[in-house]
Amino acid sequence: MNAMEPRPLVVEDGPRALFQVARRAFTDDEVMSAEYDAVFNRCWLYLGHESEVPKNGDFLRRMVAKRNLVFTRDQSGTLNAFFNTCPHRGAEVCREAKGNTKTFVCFYHGWAFGTDGKAKMIPGGDRYGADFKEQGRGNLVSVPRFDNYRGLCFVNFDPEAGSLVDYLGNAREYLDLVIDQSDAGMTIVKGMQEYAIRANWKLLVENSNDGYHAATTHATYLDYLGNTHAKGEEVALSGVGRDLGNGHAVVEYSSPWGRPVARWIPKWGEEGKKELDAIRARLEELHGREKAERIAFKNRNLLIFPNLVVNDIMAVTFRTFYPVAPDYMNVNGWALAPARESEWARQYRLDNFLEFLGPGGFATPDDVEALESCQAGYQNSHESGAEWNDISKGMGLDPSYDDEIQMRAFWKEWNRRVAPTLAAEETR
Amino acid sequence: MTLPLRLEMEDFLFEEAALLDNWKLDQWLALFTPDAEYQVPSTDLAKDADPHDSLFYIADDFERLEQRVLRLKKRTMWSEQPRSKTRHLLSNVRILENDDADIHLEAGFAVYRTKWGHTDLYVGAYDYLLRRTPEGMRIRRKRSVLDLDGLRPQGRVSILL
Repeated sequence: MNAMEPRPLVVEDGPRALFQVARRAFTDDEVMSAEYDAVFNRCWLYLGHESEVPKNGDFLRRMVAKRNLVFTRDQSGTLNAFFNTCPHRGAEVCREAKGNTKTFVCFYHGWAFGTDGKAKMIPGGDRYGADFKEQGRGNLVSVPRFDNYRGLCFVNFDPEAGSLVDYLGNAREYLDLVIDQSDAGMTIVKGMQEYAIRANWKLLVENSNDGYHAATTHATYLDYLGNTHAKGEEVALSGVGRDLGNGHAVVEYSSPWGRPVARWIPKWGEEGKKELDAIRARLEELHGREKAERIAFKNRNLLIFPNLVVNDIMAVTFRTFYPVAPDYMNVNGWALAPARESEWARQYRLDNFLEFLGPGGFATPDDVEALESCQAGYQNSHESGAEWNDISKGMGLDPSYDDEIQMRAFWKEWNRRVAPTLAAEETR
Repeated sequence: MTLPLRLEMEDFLFEEAALLDNWKLDQWLALFTPDAEYQVPSTDLAKDADPHDSLFYIADDFERLEQRVLRLKKRTMWSEQPRSKTRHLLSNVRILENDDADIHLEAGFAVYRTKWGHTDLYVGAYDYLLRRTPEGMRIRRKRSVLDLDGLRPQGRVSILL
């Protein structure tokens, strides 16, 4: 092969209904390196929800794209994101997972900073140059870009990046459908599911909005619903997948499971019915009947490119994940809920969440197994005839929730960003 | 005074561990009371966290635990099919309370899970509430508090801890 002509990673041929992704995209070190350059260092990445730092002085540490960050609400109530490193010699200034403080103190030489990142006290500060402070050399370094969309806080490591609102684009409509579930605001429930998967991170992108695998991979979850939920109006899985542009994508569909906001199932009894009817009436008052019913009855598996998954299903989960190596990722998962919700509703929400989602759920462990099995299969990714994944389901047909248009949306944007970087690196 | 009780409890817990390691899951489930709780809190929560207002990895009542066991026995439970090898080790058993009917105890655990060439370690403390019943000793609550910063690299709790 001509070294000047890079091997394609994504091949699309509409007339032949062909869409292929090279399996080396899941295995090769240089692809991961190009991903950091062209995706994680350029895109808006989810940092956290404002409800995780509700009070002035609240802070938490979080890893985002290999950066060690501190997310704070300072004494004036402003949200900030800093690199967790002392401007002096680099030690971490925040060594607790979360908490509330007026001051971060670097224990190495005792430099102290406010939750707004400003230098507060430097031991022996009179031994530094006269304009040391004015030059800001004693302050924590902010991430280049930080923005907040209705409580969802994002960072961008590219100072030249466009605005967050433009980046989210058409995906905002779907984020709004989640955020508008409660006029009291939404909150992250205490408790974060931190886990790892021995597979490439893009396998979790695909898996998170894949309607096609439900019946087989999650056979035991569907059995469980059948076993435990009293028979009522059975609602089949049906709906559509959509390419939202910028790599964002969604599947929107109806389902057999109950939704705390707000689709009642007989298992939840008369008390539950009363409560969910009231929630729906309130939604209708706020948003009109059509939008209220969409919020209440439809499920949404939304991907914000490249790696924020918002699944508004039997509960609402936020999930982000980063590659540590081509065959290993770290995952963080949270539950989002209305800030004000009855004990009853919160209980059913968490029950619903744990029945399906997370490392101890009745579904996620099987996803993890499937992803690790794909990665194991990719040991053959350089063998002739075994180099390609097929992502063509539904091409040229009316959209269905169990097709793959949403994955093609991701891959096209991924390829648009990664391919030139990789080609430049390969020909270097 | 407490030595015979502790030995009795250890015997019970060692038998429970053997049931798990031999995948005798129906017999294991039969050790639980009908109002039992089986819990694994997320690793960033306090050890006395409440599953009603916090997100756990697992917070089962008896009904869901029964379904968990049912699921584990199915051929379509892909993450444990083929089954992993497990070894439940427990030690440092301390009786915290004993009021004749209920015994509250804590024990350290190390559970190894081996599958596909990886051996993962789950380490932490068991918090047990055991109950003497006419049918014998039963488990009213089993909470496995992990001494881990997340499930990395374990990825899942698809086995019973």
